[in-house]
Amino acid sequence: MHIPGVEGFMYPNEVELQWSILIVLYPFITGLVAGAFILASLERVFNVEAVRPTYRLALLTALAFLLVAPLPLQLHLGRPERSLEMFLTPHTTSAMAMFGFVYLWYLTAVLVLEIWLDYRRDIVLLARRSRGLMQHVYRAMALWSDNISDRALALDDKIGRFITIVGIPSAFLLHGYVGFIFGSVKANPWWSTPLMPVVFLFSAIVSGVALVMLVYMLTCRVRNAPIDMRCLDTIARYLLYAFIIDFGLEMLDLIHRIYEAGESFKSLDFMVHTRLYLPHIVIQILCGTLVPILLLAVVQLGRLEAPVRKRLYAIAGALTLIGIFAMRWNVVIGGQLFSKSFLGYTTYKLEFATREGLLPAIILMILPFGILWVLIRLLPPWEYRESA
Amino acid sequence: METTRREFLRNTGTLLLLTSSAALAWEAVAAGTPELVPNYRLDQHWWGMAIDIEKCIGCGNCVRACKTENNVPLEPLYFRTWVERYRVLAADLEHPEVDSPNGGFDGFPPHPASPGSKNFFVPKLCNHCAHSPCVQVCPVGATFESPDGVVLVDKTYCLGCRYCVQACPYGCRFIDPRTETVDKCSLCYHRITKGLATACCETCPTGARKLADLKEPKDPIHEFLRTHKVQVLKPQMATGSKMYYNGLDGSVR
Repeated sequence: MHIPGVEGFMYPNEVELQWSILIVLYPFITGLVAGAFILASLERVFNVEAVRPTYRLALLTALAFLLVAPLPLQLHLGRPERSLEMFLTPHTTSAMAMFGFVYLWYLTAVLVLEIWLDYRRDIVLLARRSRGLMQHVYRAMALWSDNISDRALALDDKIGRFITIVGIPSAFLLHGYVGFIFGSVKANPWWSTPLMPVVFLFSAIVSGVALVMLVYMLTCRVRNAPIDMRCLDTIARYLLYAFIIDFGLEMLDLIHRIYEAGESFKSLDFMVHTRLYLPHIVIQILCGTLVPILLLAVVQLGRLEAPVRKRLYAIAGALTLIGIFAMRWNVVIGGQLFSKSFLGYTTYKLEFATREGLLPAIILMILPFGILWVLIRLLPPWEYRESA
Repeated sequence: METTRREFLRNTGTLLLLTSSAALAWEAVAAGTPELVPNYRLDQHWWGMAIDIEKCIGCGNCVRACKTENNVPLEPLYFRTWVERYRVLAADLEHPEVDSPNGGFDGFPPHPASPGSKNFFVPKLCNHCAHSPCVQVCPVGATFESPDGVVLVDKTYCLGCRYCVQACPYGCRFIDPRTETVDKCSLCYHRITKGLATACCETCPTGARKLADLKEPKDPIHEFLRTHKVQVLKPQMATGSKMYYNGLDGSVR
């Protein structure tokens, strides 16, 4: 009896994939959060003045995506109504159980607090300026405080800096931990490597920086505001550095696997040459990594005019996001295409309008941009310079 | 409304304490009393199984009995136990030809003759590992190792996150489409705690599968382990598997 989509031998329970495109979105979205936050911290902690125009935008982007991050997980659960049990009765040896706590810590103790402290003065001013319903909203957001004395603002700044310093290891933790969820599964040789959290972290930084760069360019265009080229060049330079480290780590992992050629190697090698050839070699490595690195490097080496640089950054940024998405896809989906017997392969059937199909995935990817739009309307990030 | 810091801390502290103790009390009440089995003591048993590959004839009785006894979905993608058929060319241990049509539920169609190969069946089921990777990863502890050495699932508690399915090196777990929670071999816990054998062992016509209580001094498992060269599946995974195979070929994965 032949099972459609199966080649060779799979253990019978393995034929259906357990983790769908929604679980691809989960590390992708949390990666964007961590990356955007780390870009924001550049200005605050390391005093990289040049990236200042994106500071608040990066924080709002991180928040918009962080709010969406648990949704694909929730949607994927067989019994979503029981998800609260993960907080109430967590199993301490489970990497997954800790997600809720790392997430809540990051959301409430780091990101929301940092944004609030940074915006507190603006919120109070907005509350004074606005009328009607919006006045109530802003007053509630200021926690009904009207104190923006110099002393209070100095305290805000002091606490804010402290939170950012705590925030950087927290962002590392958030995404490194996501990598650990996969990297610690010893049953799966495609996942099981101590490099996984590190690779996830650097690819997170890459994707988050690229996203903020694109969002910045897009918002400038929509507002008809000039792009601060010094800022954009600096972001692109950091993107290149992070990308080189990320690519180096991924190549290290790959070369190590090829050279060791362990028991699972033939299986994985076959997969990379067949089912994963397009997403792994073509989309992830060629289009999503080498081309953007090359484009970013060309800008560094050559003396290009601003409009050309902008175009190259836009192309590099978009390709980067596609490449990092492909990387998450190849880890999550690729890791389930081969049998743990190393004797066969199965196929992932992506459905469209089902609970774990393409449609909810697309909606979940659009949602954070909607949230970001609301956040930007509520807390305009560009008044930073004028009000600072 | 003025609140002093001391009042705030005291009020929040009291609130936290009260809600958490109320939640704990409710948990205890809602859990109810576990079903009692007279004369069964958890600390007096340590369950495993002896599987003799040389005796397995691939009839599929065990697969059918298991599905009936445990109400396992009949579709070919869900098995608590299944049987694999191996054909290995003498010089090529690395590329065995393996099949398991419908998990062996309907027995096996005859193979075309292939001289120079060795052929055998391998029954598979949950290995009831003493250091289960599946138990380790469960985010809520819905799957657990019982004190008598059986890995069980609390279906009323499982989230259906599927992390345990990923973590099992043997492919023994599946998501029951009717409940959207995980399912796996329970070693017929409802039977063995009443002194009965598992459904698969009960119906095996050749005695290829034998339930074993490693804490029972009179259990024939001790003689079996002493007199046979046994192996567990994927020993490199260090899961503490308690399924002891006699005659396990190096080609078996």
